[in-house]
Amino acid sequence: MHFLKLILRNALRHRLRTGLTVLGLVVAILAFGLLRTVVDAWYSGAEGASAARLVTRNAISLVFPLPVSYRERIRRMEGVTAISYANWFGGVYVTPKNFFPQFAVDAKTYFDLYPEYVIPPAEMKAFVIDRKGCVIGRKLANTYGFKVGDALPLRGTIYPGTWNFTVRAIYDGAQASTDTSQLFFHWDYLNETMKKAGARKTDWVGVYVIEISDPDNAAQISTEVDAMFRNSLAETLTETEKAFQLGFVSMTEAIVVAIRIVSFLVIFIILAVMANTMAMTARERIAEYATLKALGFGPAFLAGLIYGESLAIALAGAVLGIALTFPVAHGFSKQVGTLFPVFGVSPETIWMQAAAAAAVGVAAAALPAFRAARVPIVEGLRSMG
Amino acid sequence: MESPAEPIVRIRNLTKSYRRGEQRVPVLTNISFDIAAGEFIALMGPSGSGKSTLLNLIAGIDKPDGGSLTVNGTDIATLSEAELADWRAANVGFIFQFYNLMPVLTAFENVELPLLLTSLARGERQARVDLALSMVGLADRTTHYPSELSGGQQQRVAIARAFITDPVILVADEPTGDLDRASANDILALLERLNAELGKTIIMVTHDPHAARSAHAIRHLEKGELDVAP
Ligand SMILES: Nc1ncnc2c1ncn2[C@@H]1O[C@H](COP(=O)(O)OP(=O)(O)O)[C@@H](O)[C@H]1O
Ligand SMILES: [Mg+2]
Repeated sequence: MHFLKLILRNALRHRLRTGLTVLGLVVAILAFGLLRTVVDAWYSGAEGASAARLVTRNAISLVFPLPVSYRERIRRMEGVTAISYANWFGGVYVTPKNFFPQFAVDAKTYFDLYPEYVIPPAEMKAFVIDRKGCVIGRKLANTYGFKVGDALPLRGTIYPGTWNFTVRAIYDGAQASTDTSQLFFHWDYLNETMKKAGARKTDWVGVYVIEISDPDNAAQISTEVDAMFRNSLAETLTETEKAFQLGFVSMTEAIVVAIRIVSFLVIFIILAVMANTMAMTARERIAEYATLKALGFGPAFLAGLIYGESLAIALAGAVLGIALTFPVAHGFSKQVGTLFPVFGVSPETIWMQAAAAAAVGVAAAALPAFRAARVPIVEGLRSMG
Repeated sequence: MESPAEPIVRIRNLTKSYRRGEQRVPVLTNISFDIAAGEFIALMGPSGSGKSTLLNLIAGIDKPDGGSLTVNGTDIATLSEAELADWRAANVGFIFQFYNLMPVLTAFENVELPLLLTSLARGERQARVDLALSMVGLADRTTHYPSELSGGQQQRVAIARAFITDPVILVADEPTGDLDRASANDILALLERLNAELGKTIIMVTHDPHAARSAHAIRHLEKGELDVAP
């Protein structure tokens, strides 16, 4: 009771100093949480991946396609329950800044493989019968204000020309980790348009998505698929959807590592600031500590006062910093639009923020507490004369 | 010269030196004397003569290099740090030149502080603190912080804090050194009352002859040695 009172009143003795330290902590904890959330968002694609789906692509590189004829051969394989395919379209909506993924997919089969894309049946029907129709995710619709029936023009980069789509359906994510920032349209429309334009590469698909009956057979079926097309025109590389997604992430692994390092550097900097504050504070009070010792209070009591004050400041910074993380992450997510399809503060991030704050509180108090506990009484008393 | 009754403080061949760089500077050389229970003694001497050092040794906040130092039957030179802390809490009341109150605690809380080391319940502590503060004439200042009190008032709070645990000895190092004449007289009168009415043994360091007159006996320190005649 008295102990807590002493700690709190001590913490509030230099309001400006404590206030600035708490402010620094808030900024650091907030930055730490945001950076971690960005890293999480980076991996969210892999997080939402299904273990029951395989992705088959050209063995040489993702930019090389596969013949559409592979579809029937894979579908007939043991353990394969469904197959569909998709092409990366890479179009631009108004300006390249407006990034969101677009895929030309087999309209009749693709969504059977993705039950996490929840589409009202009437809208789905409307999409299937409109060759120039498209399906978009809720986040994408909200970001640009698209509604069912709206025109959605894309300027092709891989496939030249302006492509005028009509929004026929909007899908919701079944889980929070479902990416609802994508656009899907008819592969048939893409293929026929390219044929008419006299393009050489028609009847090709970017990737096959394979649904298997038992996720435990993923490795075996992947091997079998790739074996089937060995020495053929286009050799394949098949892996789980998760591995496929992580492959994308690993291309930018260096950035992720850099962000991680920066997030810990931020904590380290605030630790230095906080340690300085505590050292300054403890030095000023050395005569008070000596007096308490003379009265019979032990070194543990003094150390407790200093640790308590440091932790109280850290706690204030943590509570405010964590509380601010939510609105700031929300604002950030709005700013970057569909760049990060899933952007949410995870419970794990909050725990790490709290742990970081506690570690800073403890570490900052360590040296001052040790000194205060050890300084001889007469020396401490002499420091005030 | 030994008092007939067992003295409350018994000092024999006490030595203390400080290290200054490579050298050891002797501060107290072979000090021997007794203080009887109920005494009020003033330690005088020029600045740097070792008065504070001697007082600190008696109060158990510093350790002698040699000799024996028995206070209330305990040879405190042999106690460990932790044992000394407990011993001080039970036996010594401290009065400092600059009061040494906790600035974040009220007058009441400052006086209550030493009682937190006892097993007294909250109600008992409250009663004792109220009594002590009224004894020093500050019953109407209990919720004041040190910064809201004059120097003399702060010293009176400090004196209440010193005797709240009913210690065996009160040690005061220049208790009037930072006060004007009038406040100093208040403090000295208060110490005399504590000595006369409560029978507290008081050891007071001072270089002020006027202050020393409040004491029963005066001992002079000169270059680390005690005078022979009082
Ligand atoms: N902690 C210390 N370290 C070094 N020298 C000290 C220390 N404490 C006291 N001294 C020296 O011991 C001598 C006596 O000091 P002190 O007991 O404070 O004198 P007084 O109280 O009589 O003025 C002085 O010369 C002082 O400089
Ligand atoms: Mg002195």
